[in-house]
Amino acid sequence: MNRSKKQEKRSSKRAKPHVIILSGYGLNTEDETKAAFESVGATADIVHINDLIARPTLLNKANILVVGGGFAYGDHTGAGKAYGNRLKAHLGKDISKFLERDTLMLGICNGFQILTSAGFLPGALIANNVPRYSARWVDLKVKGESPWLRGINTMSVPIAHGEGKYYAPPEVLETLEKENAIALQYIDGEVSQHFGLPPNPNGSLKNIAGVTSHGGRVLGLMPHPERAVFFTQLPHWTLLREEYVRSGKKFPQEGPGLQLFRNAVQYFV
Amino acid sequence: MIRRIAVSSGVGDARARHYLASLKALFPEAPLTGVATVAAYTVDAELSLKELESAAERLTNPITEQYSLDVPSPDAFSYCIEIGYLPGVTDNVGHTAKETIEDAIHRAFGADEGVYSSTFLFLEGSLNAEHAAALAKELHNPLIERATIFSADDAKKGFPLSAPKVMLRAQTLHADEVDLDVPDDELVRIGKEGIKGKDGTRRGPLALSLDAMKTIRGHFKKLDRKPTDVELESLAGTWSEHCKHTIFADPLDEIEDGIYRCYIKGATEKIRKQKGKKDFCVSVFKDNSGAIRLDDKYLITHKVETHNAPSALDPFGGAITAIVGVNRDCLGFGLGAKPIANVYGFCVADPHDESAFYRDSAKTQELLASRRILEGVVAGVNAGGNQSGIPTPLGFVAVDQSFRGKPLVFGGTIGLIPRKVRGRKLYEKKARPGDYIVMLGGRVGLDGIHGATFSSEALATGSPATAVQIGDPITQKKLSDALVREARDKGLYTSITDNGAGGLSGSVGEMAREAGGCRVDLEHVPLKYEGLSPWQIWLSESQERMTLAVPKKNWAAFKKIMDRYGVEATRIGEFTKTGKCVVRYQGNTVMDLSLDFLHEGRPVLMQKSVKQEARSKEAAQMPNVDVRQAILDVLTRPSVGSTAFIAGQYDHEVQGMSVTKPLQGRGRVNAESGVLKPLPNSKRGVVLSQGYCPWYSTLDTYAMAAAAIDTAVRNAVCAGASRDYLAILDNFCWSSSEKPERLWELKQAAKACYDIATRYGTPFISGKDSMHNDFRGYDESGKAVHIAALPTLLVSAIGVIPDVARAMTLDFKEVGDALYIVGETNDEMGASEYFELLGVRGGQVPVVDASKHAKAYDAVAKAIEKGFIASAIGVGRGGLAAALAKSAVGGQLGFNADLSNIPGKARRPDATLFSESQGRILLSVRKGKEKELEKLLKGVPFARVGEVGKGACAITTGKEKFEYSVSALTESYRSFFKQW
Repeated sequence: MNRSKKQEKRSSKRAKPHVIILSGYGLNTEDETKAAFESVGATADIVHINDLIARPTLLNKANILVVGGGFAYGDHTGAGKAYGNRLKAHLGKDISKFLERDTLMLGICNGFQILTSAGFLPGALIANNVPRYSARWVDLKVKGESPWLRGINTMSVPIAHGEGKYYAPPEVLETLEKENAIALQYIDGEVSQHFGLPPNPNGSLKNIAGVTSHGGRVLGLMPHPERAVFFTQLPHWTLLREEYVRSGKKFPQEGPGLQLFRNAVQYFV
Repeated sequence: MIRRIAVSSGVGDARARHYLASLKALFPEAPLTGVATVAAYTVDAELSLKELESAAERLTNPITEQYSLDVPSPDAFSYCIEIGYLPGVTDNVGHTAKETIEDAIHRAFGADEGVYSSTFLFLEGSLNAEHAAALAKELHNPLIERATIFSADDAKKGFPLSAPKVMLRAQTLHADEVDLDVPDDELVRIGKEGIKGKDGTRRGPLALSLDAMKTIRGHFKKLDRKPTDVELESLAGTWSEHCKHTIFADPLDEIEDGIYRCYIKGATEKIRKQKGKKDFCVSVFKDNSGAIRLDDKYLITHKVETHNAPSALDPFGGAITAIVGVNRDCLGFGLGAKPIANVYGFCVADPHDESAFYRDSAKTQELLASRRILEGVVAGVNAGGNQSGIPTPLGFVAVDQSFRGKPLVFGGTIGLIPRKVRGRKLYEKKARPGDYIVMLGGRVGLDGIHGATFSSEALATGSPATAVQIGDPITQKKLSDALVREARDKGLYTSITDNGAGGLSGSVGEMAREAGGCRVDLEHVPLKYEGLSPWQIWLSESQERMTLAVPKKNWAAFKKIMDRYGVEATRIGEFTKTGKCVVRYQGNTVMDLSLDFLHEGRPVLMQKSVKQEARSKEAAQMPNVDVRQAILDVLTRPSVGSTAFIAGQYDHEVQGMSVTKPLQGRGRVNAESGVLKPLPNSKRGVVLSQGYCPWYSTLDTYAMAAAAIDTAVRNAVCAGASRDYLAILDNFCWSSSEKPERLWELKQAAKACYDIATRYGTPFISGKDSMHNDFRGYDESGKAVHIAALPTLLVSAIGVIPDVARAMTLDFKEVGDALYIVGETNDEMGASEYFELLGVRGGQVPVVDASKHAKAYDAVAKAIEKGFIASAIGVGRGGLAAALAKSAVGGQLGFNADLSNIPGKARRPDATLFSESQGRILLSVRKGKEKELEKLLKGVPFARVGEVGKGACAITTGKEKFEYSVSALTESYRSFFKQW
């Protein structure tokens, strides 16, 4: 049992941190995101945005708020725009209040687009340089400071998006750099090299894959860590299996994305 | 008042750059130097200027975009083209813009207010009017879209504002009686062209035979009244080939039960009996999908549909509707399964083919070019799957010129559903008398009217443009969430089915059989726009709708859930036990038919076939062939080579269940199977695969069908599945089905299904057929042509494995691993990719010996389970040459293979390399496991042929030796669609 597993066990005696995962209007990664959080010791509820609008006090009991991936409003009029508008107009104040406490917030893919659109994260996501939906794996380097990313140096996880190119005006990029708010950058790593794919999948400025705000407590990223929680989700795991088995090792169970969820849970224990 | 909001990018627009690049490639002669795009929202609503501005702000990303209240022209351009939808065509962007504006102004739009999206493309460079017209033709599909061309001078006057609102001409807002006491030739015309309207035009095909028309006339004589148009349309839809599968259902020659009951269902019944306690089937053939057991608590479902005729007219709309439509077959299984994966298949003509065909002799209605058909269907499945949040782990492209008239577009959906919730079986359903009939989801317009009868007819002039629907994945996703996440498990409804072919008439008519009757009040049905006649409301195939039976006591709770999810739910009537289907419109009865007549009244057709001699024989002429080059050439064929551009744009990881990927190995080779892990806390896996060999139909349809099953089983085994936990689905796509010769071929194919499936013990759990994949029109010289799609059977396999950690991929893994070929290679090149390449006709088509192959498959399955195998690939299209190359390209590793002494009768080098003999698998073996593998293979023909190497690929057959670098093979393999 490794250290983190021990901590999970210990923490289970205390109250588990509670996660609210937003849903509705075409968001679609709630179930696997919930499973990822639960597997590392959180409790999680999937809450429709309309239900949260009707009862914003639900946020009072939550430690973590997640807007996950999907295709809210079909990406029509621009990815994340319509849902971001709705979030900002109806829950903007409540989320700001939520963030006044020592809480965490996460936007994955469409959720990242939504959180930038609603103004909780800087910058914008625009059409990929090759303007087509792209589903593949990428390699990331952790750059900034964030509770979500503690102890992670690099990780390989999948992307799936058509509008994932990170854009911000030069002065904003400079500020991000200064404030250590560029959280994740695409790098030429294991998976890109393995498949001979360009490291930056969409033309993001400064290779930015994720940014933070609120001192790192709010993280937005285009890649999908919740799709990389099992070893058997890796794109080349059947090859890695051969390497493990032939050198007499048992191959691992866990995928590289899980640590991000574990970090969030451990922030509260 | 009509206003416009225009939004443009301020930071460089990748889409505009993409337009420029692709238009320049297509029109090298046009002096195009730049493209700028503007997204326009035409707002037809009473808004104050302040409201309009606040709406515009919400439609604009302030960091990257700017808006204006008119379309801004760039400094220099020669032409501008505006592309928007025709009135009534689903405009998803406009719909979202409307919701955004409503949210911004805090009030809902009125019934006649709306928002319409369009795109302005400003073309830079000294183009002339002809260029502009050619570009406009490329940029839109006139069946669903409008393109308006403005010169720079026109643009100075400003862009005219108009809202493409549906304005229906004064329709009859009541039901018409139809006089059937007419001569036979008029009865035939009504059946063929439709009911005559007041203005003399026909409403579109009923696809009812004279015999059927006479049966209907007789029935109404007994009732002593004339049928209404609603009744006649309803009967046509319900009795259609599309809905009743008449060709499969009715007697054919000596087979009194029909080929479906005898061969397809018959095979399943026999297999289930043989399996006894090991039977894993739970619900077969009776529901919208078939279901098998995943574990003690969950079932998995599968269903595959086709959407061929609509995809010929509007490939994007046809394909997106194929996907969202078959998703509803999943949601409509039992009380609602959650869609967890989509699969696809595109049978198309060579996209480089430039021949033109027309639906009319005057050559005004041109078929879309084959390139645009493929582009469109690829984009349609992209939108349908990605936007719905359903992964697409598997699919294929098969190319043949016979698909030039009508492409075959297959869409399939796998579902997950608990067996029981709170003691209630979720895989059973029954509407009860007294339950409300509830329509859920989208609204009703003229979309897809006559879809059921239309797809039962050949595509020809007069094919209704309203047959085209465009799916709206988001409306359906909301509906799916509301049902699967909440309403289902609360037990709020007793039955559910989707609105597919025939719309409400199909779904309500079907559910009425569960309860014993129904009564519908059509005026309650929510409409997209006013002016629909009752028969149109009843028959419309507007998408994203399900019909449910909701007990009265549950209505309030059910409605509340739907409101929270933003899903429209409407009571449109009540199930009864009167034995009748009664439909009223504003108090008047417009339909009153007994369920018996509606469902069972159809006259049975005694079908006769005419025996055909199998055309399989020795090829007459073999040209001199450079085999070395032929290996590379086969890899460049679109049916063999990489279609990575498709797999790479379909999300296959959403829902977090992906185990093996659609592109496998370092070299990203198209997978022939997919493995999923549906439950986060269980290792159990689901294996998917596909088998299809339409080309073999040119010689022998029995062999075609047998090979399709063999291929599906083989590919599943190569992924780690075993025959004892494998089910299959059949999708027949036939053509010229009215011809007795084709019926004979159909009978042979169906018999093959029975023979091979029973020998493999793989039950059919669901299936579908599409029998009229014919195009009748005109070529460029105005000559009448008939293009009949090759008779095609797609077999989709679905199996369960206990542990996904045993799943297998096709790429070579390590240098030095031994290579084995399992199975016999015979001289079976008839209709092979090699013969297609050479243009050679005839030859021996591959013959399936299922008993022999079963042994080989079982041994390989066991070897994979025991961990002896490093890679496995079924030998299929392109033969051993393609299989070796794909594993090598996949692993980016070479090999040394001596094929001189492999089992089987093939002797010539090209037969060894390109024969498509079934039952073969190419394996690379984990070092040290060779002996154990060979022990398992006892009694099975196999050969150890060499080993995996570094970069060089060497094939020896007898005296001939062919050498390549893996990069050369990779280049050929990737060449066909390289620019896509």
